[in-house]
Amino acid sequence: MTSDEALIAYTLRLADNALILSQRMLETVAAEPELEEELANANFALDFIGQARMLYTHAGELEGQGRSEDDLAFMRDEHEFRSLLLLEQPNGHFGDALVRQFLFEAFYLHLLESLTRCTDQGLSAIAVRALKEVQYHFRHSSQWMIRLGDGTELSHERVQGSLSDAWRYTGEMFVADDVDLAMQKNFDGPDLADIQKLWRRDVEKTVAEATLTLPDDEWMVSGGKQGQHSEHLGFLLAEMQYLQRSFPGVTW
Amino acid sequence: MSKQEWPLYEVFIRTKSGLSHRHAGSVHAADDQMALGNARDTYTRRSEGVSLWVVRSDSIVASDPAETSAFFEPAEDKIYRHPTFYKIPDGVENL
Repeated sequence: MTSDEALIAYTLRLADNALILSQRMLETVAAEPELEEELANANFALDFIGQARMLYTHAGELEGQGRSEDDLAFMRDEHEFRSLLLLEQPNGHFGDALVRQFLFEAFYLHLLESLTRCTDQGLSAIAVRALKEVQYHFRHSSQWMIRLGDGTELSHERVQGSLSDAWRYTGEMFVADDVDLAMQKNFDGPDLADIQKLWRRDVEKTVAEATLTLPDDEWMVSGGKQGQHSEHLGFLLAEMQYLQRSFPGVTW
Repeated sequence: MSKQEWPLYEVFIRTKSGLSHRHAGSVHAADDQMALGNARDTYTRRSEGVSLWVVRSDSIVASDPAETSAFFEPAEDKIYRHPTFYKIPDGVENL
């Protein structure tokens, strides 16, 4: 793999993460328990779509084969997506969706912070902008963790269950493969071991304040970054890509 | 399970530095920090402000509509309290 290929693959991973998570978040629009929370969630999902658009456009330009953001988002198949397994998991109840958001954003925040210093100017500019958005998201999701964990007996029990269920998908975030290593070496990209320490510190702090218990690192699933997904991604893509697949290039 | 409504908060936004906070509307929230977040997500999506205040609606002491006449009408016929008899010098913008 050349360093340019690694950069393209890395940018696409970031874009896929943002797109898949936003699609999951948008599924809850018109189904949130409170109007204000609904607006917040939809705003955050739109932030992620904005990031995905910039990242896909950047990847398409790096690639130089004329693929647009829409081509990359809607015309690739399941095995070509490189998003984390955590993000494609179904929303479940409010606590499940929250924990997914919290665990990812604690990671994404530090990843973006590091990427603001990478030597690819396009990517670092996107990271600067996305970082501000995600800082606010993380404030929101951390507060909810504390509210539910340190809330009632029922909310504590349910969000603890969500945390235990989601934990097995967190290991994948920190396993550096060829793409991560090439990005680190050639573009001053993030060192995932460093990111993991920061992530762990932030997650531990909030989990402790929420009076929750951090699950043990037992068995971790991975594969999303290599295109091996759980059974959920195919359904998500079928819904998300339907229109562009049925009417390629459609606009309104 | 009974549906308990979250308390109501009033939202005040300062649109730019130097101006005062103005009432923008209200949000429901379970606690103060959530109220601040909800106000941000509901009322400042289009860059409406640089500062936010939220205050629980039940903390506001309001005048009673039944007392409107006693409270406000006595001021209506006292035109001498308005500074309309003065000439405003040219060049004064914010009076």
